Amino acid sequence: MVTTSFTPIASLAGGAMIGLAAVLLMWATGRIAGVSGIAARLFPPYEDRELAGRLAFVAGLIVAPVLVRLVTGDLPAQTIAAGPALLIVGGLLTGFGSVWGSGCTSGHGVCGLSRLSVRSLIATITFMAAGMATVFVMRHWS
Amino acid sequence: MAILVQFAIGLIFGLGLIISGMSDPAKVLNFLDVAGIQAGTWDASLAFVMAGAVAVTFVGFSRVLKLPRPFFADRFYLPTRRDIDPRIVAGPAIFGVGWGLVGFCPGPALTALGFGSLSAVIFVVAMCAGMVLARFIAQLPSSTRYVTPADPLET
Repeated sequence: MVTTSFTPIASLAGGAMIGLAAVLLMWATGRIAGVSGIAARLFPPYEDRELAGRLAFVAGLIVAPVLVRLVTGDLPAQTIAAGPALLIVGGLLTGFGSVWGSGCTSGHGVCGLSRLSVRSLIATITFMAAGMATVFVMRHWS
Repeated sequence: MAILVQFAIGLIFGLGLIISGMSDPAKVLNFLDVAGIQAGTWDASLAFVMAGAVAVTFVGFSRVLKLPRPFFADRFYLPTRRDIDPRIVAGPAIFGVGWGLVGFCPGPALTALGFGSLSAVIFVVAMCAGMVLARFIAQLPSSTRYVTPADPLET
C-alpha cells in the first residue's frame, strides 16, 4: 500500500474546478456533467445529435494531463496498484454499475447533490459505502 | 464553436481531477480505507474535492438555471425522475465495488489515458464494455417493463 499525503488546499481547489466545469457545461449545453453518461453515449444506440460535443468533452479530459506535462514538465503521482485481472473486473463493474445506476461520482456525487436530488443522495451514499467495504475486504481480510 | 467550448470544459474538468489528486487511485483508495483512520494512513483529501465541487456547482447551477435557456441549446435537459427504484441502489453498489477494487471512477479513468499508462487503457476498455452491456440489458423488453421512462442514463 502506498501512503499518500493529505492535500486539503489542492483538493479543494481542484474540486472547485470540477464544479466550475459542471456549471459551464450546464450553461453551454444545458446538460449534467456526468462522465459515465457522457462516456456511455459515445457508443450506439445514439438518441440525439450531441456525439461531437461529448467526444470533445472526453478529449478534453484526456488532453488535460498532456497539457500539465507540457506546462510544468512533470505529472503528479499516479499509482495504479491493480494488476490486469483486477483492472478488467474493476472496469467492467465500474462501467456497468455507473450506467445501471444512472450516474457516477460526477453525475450523482457532484451535480445530483448540488441539485438536492434524493436519488443522487441515495446513489452517492451507496457507492461510497460499497467502495469503503470493498477496500476493507481487499486490504484487511487477508 | 460549441464543440470547442465543450473541449475546453472537459479540459477544466480534467485539470481539476489532476490538481485535486482524484487522478491518483492510491489517494482515492486511501480515502475509502476507513480502517486507515485508526492506522493513521487515511487520506481525507477526497472529502475536500467533493466539498469544493458541490459548493461551486450548487451556487453555479442556481444562477445558470435562472437563465431562459443554455447558450448553445434550446433548453435545459434536467433529470426528472424522483422514484426510488432498485436500480438506484444496485447500480451504485456495483459501481462502488469496481471503484474500491482499482480506485478509478469514470472521469479519472479517462483522464488517466493521458498519463500514458497501459493499466488505464485496460481499465477504460473494460469500463466501456460494461457501459455498453448495461445499456443493452436496460433496453431489453424484460427490464424496460420495470422502468419508466426507459432511459437508463437519466440521473
